[in-house]
Amino acid sequence: MISFKHVSKSYTGTEKAVNDVNFEVEQGEIVIFLGPSGCGKTTLLRMVNRLETITEGSILINGQDIGELNEIELRRKIGYVIQSNGLFPNMNIEENVTIVPDLLGWDKKKKHKRYKELMQLIGLDPGEYRKRFPNELSGGQQQRIGVVRALAADPPVMLMDEPFGALDPLIREKIQDEFLQIQREVKKTILFVSHDIDEAIKMADKIVLMRDGEIMQYGTPSDILIHPKNEYVSQFIGRDRAIKHLSLRTIAQLQEEIGLVEIDQSIVDSKQVNVHENLKDTLAMLLNQEADQVIVHDDNDEVQGAITIDRVQRYLHLEMRQKPAQSGGKEKVME
Amino acid sequence: MNEYLEYLRINASYIWGLTVQHIELVGIAIIIAIIIGVSIGIYLTTNEDLAETVLAAASVLLTIPSIALFGIMIPFFSLINQGIGFVPALVALVLYSQLPIIRNTYSAIKNVNPAVIDAANGVGMKRRQRLVRVEIPNALPVIMAGIRTAVVLNIGIGVIAAFIGAGGLGTLIVQGITRTDMYSIVTGSIVVSLLAIIADTVLLLIQKRLTPKGIEN
Amino acid sequence: MNQKKIIAIIVRILLYAFVIGFFVYAGVNGYFSPIFEQSDTFWVLVGQHLNLVIISSFLAIVIALPLAVLFTRPRFRKYEWIASNVANLAQTVPSLAVLALAIGILGVGFKPAVFALFIYSVLPIFRNAVAGFNSINPDLIDAGKGMGMKAGQIFWRVEVPNAAYAIIGGLRTAVVLNIGTAALAYYIGGGGLGVWIMTGIELFDNAYLISGAIPVTLMAIGFDYLLRGVGYVISPKSTRQTADTATTT
Repeated sequence: MISFKHVSKSYTGTEKAVNDVNFEVEQGEIVIFLGPSGCGKTTLLRMVNRLETITEGSILINGQDIGELNEIELRRKIGYVIQSNGLFPNMNIEENVTIVPDLLGWDKKKKHKRYKELMQLIGLDPGEYRKRFPNELSGGQQQRIGVVRALAADPPVMLMDEPFGALDPLIREKIQDEFLQIQREVKKTILFVSHDIDEAIKMADKIVLMRDGEIMQYGTPSDILIHPKNEYVSQFIGRDRAIKHLSLRTIAQLQEEIGLVEIDQSIVDSKQVNVHENLKDTLAMLLNQEADQVIVHDDNDEVQGAITIDRVQRYLHLEMRQKPAQSGGKEKVME
Repeated sequence: MNEYLEYLRINASYIWGLTVQHIELVGIAIIIAIIIGVSIGIYLTTNEDLAETVLAAASVLLTIPSIALFGIMIPFFSLINQGIGFVPALVALVLYSQLPIIRNTYSAIKNVNPAVIDAANGVGMKRRQRLVRVEIPNALPVIMAGIRTAVVLNIGIGVIAAFIGAGGLGTLIVQGITRTDMYSIVTGSIVVSLLAIIADTVLLLIQKRLTPKGIEN
Repeated sequence: MNQKKIIAIIVRILLYAFVIGFFVYAGVNGYFSPIFEQSDTFWVLVGQHLNLVIISSFLAIVIALPLAVLFTRPRFRKYEWIASNVANLAQTVPSLAVLALAIGILGVGFKPAVFALFIYSVLPIFRNAVAGFNSINPDLIDAGKGMGMKAGQIFWRVEVPNAAYAIIGGLRTAVVLNIGTAALAYYIGGGGLGVWIMTGIELFDNAYLISGAIPVTLMAIGFDYLLRGVGYVISPKSTRQTADTATTT
């Protein structure tokens, strides 16, 4: 668990880059620091491994004030991934991946074994890439190496500074999915900086939305989309927040709340979809006029009923009118 | 032509001797210059204010014409009875080498991709580890380029050293002028040029050899 | 104030003290006396030196710049490597040798000295100008074409301003080298302040040495500053940095 207690950062002058930030991160969560450039999100992240000094307040990892730890040892226990991957150009892939184990003095055998495990985790052939250098890899591959390098010494905490920001959209999505898959296995506590609201909705367990060094809202993606706390938050997440929110909900959830409709047999052209499909994609299917209704199957391929634009709309209304208390995470914001 | 070959045959060992002398002078100077210059360059990366001063001073130093620098140094070295000869020549060459070596070392390390430096700090490298494992390997090609510049420069300036009795290939040219002996002048010039070209090529090969595979081109 | 700043200030003070100490020492020992006691000769030598430098540099500019422009035009660009390699190769010939070889062609005196200095200056000017033109981002030229500029307009409005700093940089190198080389012209009867330096070396006379060497040094540093100033004034702000960074070739 990581706690931020009255954390502030000021450079020379009075302007505060980070201003009295308070929140807590649970074990195994992905928390995304979201906001426009200059909002202090990267500074806040870099304070956790003390690449930035803390002017006031303290950050605690499992109750231990990081200010009291040796910064070199602290950094070796925290995985760190940055946007431009920061792979060492002079080292080959194996040397890059095992740099932290090497700094920690692991023996050769153990390092190599770890290297192989990590490469398998991201689906790259350990033998083939071993002696290759970062500049021989594609951007996506480099970023994957950057991620496993951070995982190498199995740190409980990972800091990720816009790790997928430099990738083109298709590859970014793929690596995001892959990363979520890895996270399900490794269950790290991850602090993640992003300026991309869609990435945050997709990846985050919680979002810290920042402006001018202050937290505007801290909560689950769903919470922030449904109950933006102020004008700034709702502007930042955009007018399509309702539609964005649909990507967090599945047909199954809709079925539970309001149920599906009978299949209209008079409509010939209807598509089939799995019950775990998210509602945003389902709505897109309906709007694309691929079908006036979509027939929903469960995992055993049994037909559950149909879904139409009207149904999605009704569900959305219901969701958006929910009381704040019903959504989790909100109460964790300290004021 | 035959006459010239005859000249070369007679003077071969003399020419060879002067060449060795030239190589010795430049070689010793460059080793001293590398030790001093690279250390200063590395230190300067930790002290911006000093960097400005030292680089400015080194660039003024390089502006001083070589013959004038010898001229300025002689009165002082004669205080320790080394007014002319090997010592002032060596000191002059070491001084001239400082700008290319310090400047390239300093800016190469300064120019290592900030993301890479950030990553080095982020994985928990100490200052020395970062220097040895990341900064120097990545800066090496540029540092070597500075050394190459210094060597080629020194081979040329070493010619002037003949005026102050430090020997070397300049002797052939100086003697050629005083005796109006074109063979001597031409030989001196060609050998000096060859030396510069060979040194440059050899150092380029070493530079390629030392360049980590991942930062080629 | 931190420790590093203090070190920087101390080093700066030491450097100044060293230079001032030198002048005081030289002055006290009468090393500058020839300048005042034989001021007529001194100014003749300075005049000769400046003539050597200015005439040869002027000729070098007039020849080197058009050549550089020519070899960076699309039609001749494919021969540029030949010219540059010849220039690189010729640069390894020591300055003294160029002077000495000029004797073989033109005999001794002022003219062969000017000729040698001219030959020696053409190379750095040419090389830097070529590098300056080549370093221009092709996108800029493309953008120029894209908005309908003619070749001449692209040259004067895009290429020249962007290459100016590098061109002046080459000029600086050439002129500074030239001032130093001109100090050797005495050897082939070309006069200049080298006369006193050589006399000093041959006679072990510190006064002649210093009275020759210091003016030459100041001349070199002065011209360097002057041309740096010119480069600063005529080049657009954004193009200044590139030429000052470390060389890799």
